[in-house]
Amino acid sequence: MAKIPVQFRLNGSDRAAFVDAPETLLNTLRRGLGDFAPKYGCGQGACGVCTVLIDGEPHLSCLTLSVACEGKRIETASGMADGPDLHPLQAQFMEHFAAQCGFCTPGMLTVARALLDRNPNPTRDEVIEAISGNICRCTGYEPIVAAILAAAGSPGMRRSEGGRHA
Amino acid sequence: MLEMRKDLFADERDDNLNVIGKGLQRQDMPGHVTGLTRYFDDHAFEGLLHLKVVRSPHASARIRSIDVAAAARAPGVRRVLRAADVPVNRNTLLSLIGFGKDDEPSLAVDKVHYKGEPVVAIIADSEAQALAAKKLVRIDYEPMPAVFDVEEALKPGAPVVNETYSANYFEYHERFDHQKLRFGDVERALASADMVLEHRYQMSPIEHAPTETNGSIAAPEQNGRFVVHSCAQGLFFALGTAAKIVALESNRLHFIGGTVGGGFGGKVDSLTEPLAVLGAMVTGKPVRFVLDREEEMLYGSPRGAERIYIKDGLMRDGRLIARHIRSYFDAGAYTRLSSYAAIKCTAHLPGPYWIPNVASDVHVAYTNRCPSTAMRGFGITAVDFALEVQMDRLAEAAQMDPMEFRLLNAYRDGDMKPHRRKASNTALIECVQVAAEKANWPISEQGKRQSSLTGGGVGERGQIPATVLDARGQIGRPETRNSGPTQTLPAGSSRIAPSKQPVMEGARDGRAAPAQVPRYEAARPAAAPLSPPPYQPAPSPYQPVTGQQPPPYQPPPAPPATAAPVQTQHGAVRFSSVFGRRR
Repeated sequence: MAKIPVQFRLNGSDRAAFVDAPETLLNTLRRGLGDFAPKYGCGQGACGVCTVLIDGEPHLSCLTLSVACEGKRIETASGMADGPDLHPLQAQFMEHFAAQCGFCTPGMLTVARALLDRNPNPTRDEVIEAISGNICRCTGYEPIVAAILAAAGSPGMRRSEGGRHA
Repeated sequence: MLEMRKDLFADERDDNLNVIGKGLQRQDMPGHVTGLTRYFDDHAFEGLLHLKVVRSPHASARIRSIDVAAAARAPGVRRVLRAADVPVNRNTLLSLIGFGKDDEPSLAVDKVHYKGEPVVAIIADSEAQALAAKKLVRIDYEPMPAVFDVEEALKPGAPVVNETYSANYFEYHERFDHQKLRFGDVERALASADMVLEHRYQMSPIEHAPTETNGSIAAPEQNGRFVVHSCAQGLFFALGTAAKIVALESNRLHFIGGTVGGGFGGKVDSLTEPLAVLGAMVTGKPVRFVLDREEEMLYGSPRGAERIYIKDGLMRDGRLIARHIRSYFDAGAYTRLSSYAAIKCTAHLPGPYWIPNVASDVHVAYTNRCPSTAMRGFGITAVDFALEVQMDRLAEAAQMDPMEFRLLNAYRDGDMKPHRRKASNTALIECVQVAAEKANWPISEQGKRQSSLTGGGVGERGQIPATVLDARGQIGRPETRNSGPTQTLPAGSSRIAPSKQPVMEGARDGRAAPAQVPRYEAARPAAAPLSPPPYQPAPSPYQPVTGQQPPPYQPPPAPPATAAPVQTQHGAVRFSSVFGRRR
């Protein structure tokens, strides 16, 4: 099968990959480029653990074709920290014990990041709405909601690259 | 007593242990929030191959023929594995501790026993190629009769589910058909009870539904070893199981794991590790075997469904004097951990209550359903639900507050349990008191002053009653396994019809409102009682008084001598349920 070249920015770096036409972005990120932060959970857009930002908007990478991402800005939980400095969301997730097994955490952080990019001071209901597509099976949602609310408006908030350019 | 060798690493040891009560950050949290945590699937391998299994579409069928020729020629396919390719194609999980017979193949041989049982494994360059090749495997099945109900499965003539246990029940120590508990004389106590309540409780199987599906990656390492990245909750359990099935020394397997994307009991069955290792052995390449979401939901082993009958003898003053429990674990087609669940269940009975006469029979039944396994308190959770619903119904029957009813019947330190061990560290009374306070549920002043530390083990509460033996010198009756939905009650007592539907469905599902259901009736006195009733029913509703002891229990007189003298046996002998040895 002929491979198709595709180029996009991944967490601020220019990356390229050769993909099959039906290949998902999730597979390209994980198997092709070695970014394992987005996870496979269901393959049908039901659980949210594969969520990434495409040009600042949350997308389910298990349902996104890689060839459709040419020239896009893609951001994952791997790119949230600035060197050793954690993003406020990451710090508050730690502070609020908002992860147990950790499998849903990258997706949760990603949708929360998109929310705070466009709405720096969300209400509790808006936070709940934002994470409503992401399933957590261990911790429960309360610590996650508390962490996102605590991160909102905190100093050091950095917008995603896609969010800045949107 | 464990001795601490404080001379070792003395200069590095910090004996200032003061972390209790402090919030400490988990060591794995930085990895979770940065995406650096590596789960089993988060490892890159050059030349990674993908394994998928062809599953049975039938719950029970004979395999007439398997044709893998077309699949083996399909693009990207490296290898097709069949039952004969598995070195030790029969295993049971607890064989690692010598418990139970090997009953489950990695790939089905001659017959399939549940819908979704793996029959053929395909290893290909990509997942898509493996999935495409699956469709080219031709398997000719001859459907066979199947059984899906635990009690139907135990009837004579039921279709044989699992040839290793051809009577459809797990055999403990190759002799015993169920887990049995006997304490006192339940039948006699039921006959003397003011009321007898019997209800049926039916649980559903429950899927753990972890966000990370079951899976593993196995890859050849240097020195002839294989590295295995696994989602297993019991990593060395999975290692031992895989080593047995692929017939490798266990020191040739290098298991890496412990980072589990949600387990809840659903990742103890070694569902993928053995075939992944076998795949790496036969191809010399890294092999990844991951269940997709549909497989996880349909064929990842669930919590086993249980059917539980509880029959209780209740006095008008609220004392429980007898409890008989008959329970059936739905193991599905293979044992996995259900044998252990029944042991846990029996050890838990009759709940946290002191009851002078207890009998239980807990069966593990095989059906043509997906094998069930561990899940969060399995063996305990379901029966606790049934027991507590039953307790509420009993309280209503005794016209007592449900909290006060539990206080009256709770275990206290020193009480003799049906397992012939004294209860210690009991805390139900205190739990009820705290729960009532938190819920603003009024309980009596007397109830607030009760304590688990006092009143236990007094008189009969601390003693082991004689256990009734039958004419053959055995406890219990041999026909219990196949008896009808309810057993014959002694003459003179009356029966409450068992509920027909799972109780959890509730009244809004169209069941009659409780008031319309005659759930208990007063026992009619026997025409000619053999012995005086042992209890003097309290004349008034329960009025707890500090320090008051329940009226002393009069053990029923020994049964009259008959042609076959009834023997008794005191429960001084301890018996290990797991290993079948006296200790």
